[in-house]
Amino acid sequence: MTAARASLGRTAAAHAILIAYTLIALFPVLLIVINSFKSRNAIFREPLMPPTAETFDLVGYTTVWGQGNFIGYFGNSLTVTVASLFFVLLFGAMAAFALSEYRFRGNTMMGLYLALGIMIPIRLGTVAILQLMVASGLVNTLTALILVYTAQGLPLSIFILSEFMKQVSDDLKNAGRIDGLSEYRIFFRLVLPLVRPAMATVAVFTMIPIWNDLWFPLILAPSEQTKTVTLGAQIFIGQFVTNWNAVLAALSLAIVPVLVLYLIFSRQLIRGITSGAVK
Amino acid sequence: MSNATVIRRPVRWHILVFLAPAVLVYTAVMIIPLFGTLQLSLFRAVDRVPTFVGFDNFRTLFGDPRWSVSFWNALWNNTWFFIIHMLVQNPIGIMIAALLSSSRLRFRAFYRTAIFVPTILSFVIVGFIWKLMLSPLWGVAPNMLDFVGLKFLFAPWLGKEEYALTALSLISVWQFVGIPMMLIYAAMLSIPDEVIEAAEMDGITGMAQFWKIKLPLILPSIGIISILTFVGNFNAFDLIYAAQGALAGPNFSTDILGTFLYRTFFGFQLQLGDPNMGATIASMMFVIILAGVCVYLFAIQTRLRRYQF
Repeated sequence: MTAARASLGRTAAAHAILIAYTLIALFPVLLIVINSFKSRNAIFREPLMPPTAETFDLVGYTTVWGQGNFIGYFGNSLTVTVASLFFVLLFGAMAAFALSEYRFRGNTMMGLYLALGIMIPIRLGTVAILQLMVASGLVNTLTALILVYTAQGLPLSIFILSEFMKQVSDDLKNAGRIDGLSEYRIFFRLVLPLVRPAMATVAVFTMIPIWNDLWFPLILAPSEQTKTVTLGAQIFIGQFVTNWNAVLAALSLAIVPVLVLYLIFSRQLIRGITSGAVK
Repeated sequence: MSNATVIRRPVRWHILVFLAPAVLVYTAVMIIPLFGTLQLSLFRAVDRVPTFVGFDNFRTLFGDPRWSVSFWNALWNNTWFFIIHMLVQNPIGIMIAALLSSSRLRFRAFYRTAIFVPTILSFVIVGFIWKLMLSPLWGVAPNMLDFVGLKFLFAPWLGKEEYALTALSLISVWQFVGIPMMLIYAAMLSIPDEVIEAAEMDGITGMAQFWKIKLPLILPSIGIISILTFVGNFNAFDLIYAAQGALAGPNFSTDILGTFLYRTFFGFQLQLGDPNMGATIASMMFVIILAGVCVYLFAIQTRLRRYQF
């Protein structure tokens, strides 16, 4: 009896703490999104109220639409993220396959060399990266960002993918070899489809920091044509700092796409973490 | 790599083909610039010609009060930033993970998903959200404190020298609690049921079970989140830049190494940017991060006891 009651109390306490923290985590985000749909007066008078028929106002969104080139920024972010992701996954998987499948001299050294970048942030090389990009004429191009993010994402993706590729059965690959498949075909036809879940995990881990990065867009590609959504929002908000409607709308516009992507992929992300990919 | 005359095997070109793209991009865009930056810190532009000056730049950084005051300020602020993360973010993350992993808890997936939401947002968004919420103009923070009868506690935290850095650290904690939560949660799930059942047989439940059974088993994961926090914090920049600008106001009280590097490299207001001093600061950050990683790899990781199940 007492044990059951004690455990009930404990469960209630656990829920109370978790609900409290969930509120702390979500409240600021909800507050911004709710207020972005309200008129300026209502934002200040009753910040905690959801928009009603009288206070509903889209003036913030129309300002953002009229003043900022958000569609362009969005396109840039999408191009950079998708292209970097493609190269990280392709090159990362190829290198991971070479490291996990073949024994050759320098295998371990190569693995350590490629793992170095997991701990040392690429940002520390910024001064020389900028010089490199200036010298090769890539400043203010999306190519510069794609190159940097590819390099940044490779170490972790190689590390995670080679762990997974070690689990692909040797018999399957050898059967392919006996059937006369080339090593390339074995990789693309047999191994890649089998590690697709791991690739999805790596994709999520790689995508979030690229989409959210401010440092490299600010330094390598700050021109109007190449601004990413993160940098665009930062500059837009800096200029419109007193126009609360516009600021709140710009913030909401920046939040929503990431949030939607996260809700779609969250299962994958959590499965990836809990399956021991990052131990 | 494999030489046909030494090993009697045909050169396995496919290994080279598989490795080449990743190694080339990684080497050209990451490793060479990293060492290029270290090298730049040993040069200085004299009449626009790069000249080798040995460790002069480091002597300037530590010896010249105009530099050293800023550097030590940024380093101390950065350390405080890290201490707050270790004292607040990681314990909260561990506590939530422990609650989530207790068996028979309902709505687990919901809590997990919701608490991770801030982590996926960009620093820019997080910085501005909190700037707005803490703004005395809007009054959300004072009103909420009023609601619980603590209004007298309110101050424009981000604008006060003595509170701004702590406030920003806590904002960053709010954003990143999800990472220790997830990693510890994963570690706790991997503890086999038999161990927990054996503990329950012996009457060890609840808090005692956490302290005596689970905590020792997740110590390696705590080591990993500590080093991840360390590297992330000493490399931070975006949040401070988004919330307080490159000047890391008020009066440089929120200046950390990342913002100091940015200002030095690109210049601010009337001061011109200086790539060589920027590279010097980046090299110091490199040394600090490398030292942290080495301490972790050699002192912590080798001493942690790992349990095989």
